[in-house]
Amino acid sequence: MTAFNPITAREDASSVGLRKTRRAGQSVLELIGNTPLLRLSRIGSAFPNVEFFAKAEWFNPGGSVKDRPALHMIQAGLASGRLCSGKTIIDATSGNTGIAYAMIGAALGYRVKLCLPDSASHERKRILGALGAELVITSGDEGTDGAIRRVHEIVAAEPDEYFYPDQYSNPANWQAHYGTTANEIWEQTGGSITHFVAALGTSGTFVGASRRLKELNPSIRCISLQPDAAFHGLEGWKHMQTALRPAIYDDTIADANLEVGTEESYRMVKRIAREEGLLVSPSAAAALLGCFHAAKRVGPHERAVMVTVFADSASKYLTERFWEEE
Amino acid sequence: MSVKVMIPTPLRIYAGKRDSAEFSAATVGEALGGLTTQFAELRKHLYTEDGKLRAFVNVYLNDEDIRYLAKENTPTKDGDTISIIPSIAGGSSEKR
Repeated sequence: MTAFNPITAREDASSVGLRKTRRAGQSVLELIGNTPLLRLSRIGSAFPNVEFFAKAEWFNPGGSVKDRPALHMIQAGLASGRLCSGKTIIDATSGNTGIAYAMIGAALGYRVKLCLPDSASHERKRILGALGAELVITSGDEGTDGAIRRVHEIVAAEPDEYFYPDQYSNPANWQAHYGTTANEIWEQTGGSITHFVAALGTSGTFVGASRRLKELNPSIRCISLQPDAAFHGLEGWKHMQTALRPAIYDDTIADANLEVGTEESYRMVKRIAREEGLLVSPSAAAALLGCFHAAKRVGPHERAVMVTVFADSASKYLTERFWEEE
Repeated sequence: MSVKVMIPTPLRIYAGKRDSAEFSAATVGEALGGLTTQFAELRKHLYTEDGKLRAFVNVYLNDEDIRYLAKENTPTKDGDTISIIPSIAGGSSEKR
């Protein structure tokens, strides 16, 4: 893999376009996936024998990696007949998965109902509402548990009215990454990837992409990441020791499992912004920190091509307190 | 004056599995001080080493974020409820 050269890159840009111009007439759903693989050339300079790459998942139309599993779960629901005309897509999430459901539901003409705790941010409620999702607000004190209970009640009362994808136990979640994310990474690195690093939340990204990458080259090391404590600020991440284990999680895949702290991730958000010009979310910054932890284990005479996934950008986290602190 | 502090699910293991505790307190800071005195293990989860609330820990007095009130000096009255909510909005399914 050749190093990025800003001078020739400009010529490349003028001759072929930095991103291929897309043909007209695409639906928003066709824009899901095929995200850029960014080379982080400056920030990892402490590890000269490691090249760091990140999938820029905010290029998905819903703004996050969750567009992939949401689309795949909805397509699988349509294929199986569990989702059909007139049904409402329902789930408990105020996060990126909710935004993805709302966007895809709107584009396909399905109603979307989302249960979310009152504590979810005003911005999230606005985005979901703007996309036409019906919001069922549950008590903030009960957190997402209360929202999940509410979904179960609603579905139990009228089971024929709803399609409940349940990303924690739906195999179409990890299959989305098996079928898309991993193959894109393989092609974008020309098969040179040596390490894949990704966080565990539903575990779909890690499980699905790792399964496929290890089929393509069994020597690729797959490293899962977790928050370093049960109480943390990394959206979408799960502390597996204390959390309910997602049914799709397979703990036999990872070659190593590393922990990342919330505060060090906040500091890394600012570094990535200033050193790479990328405004990414705390969880994306945490993924890069996880790469650095993994890079410390790469031998001095070994070369590594390490790929991670930046789940989303900073845009939904700009009102958080850490920007003003330190 | 009795103020109720709601303990979020992932922190209950450090608070004798309780989901709330009541303290006599005149401010939010005093109530949280009472909480972290009674359950000392909670302190490092809520505060940094220099005693500031960790940046992802949001505290609500009834339904108001104390950031927009008087922060930890926000006065409390009898019957108030304080909630501690990590600033992550995504879905999760913590063990209860």
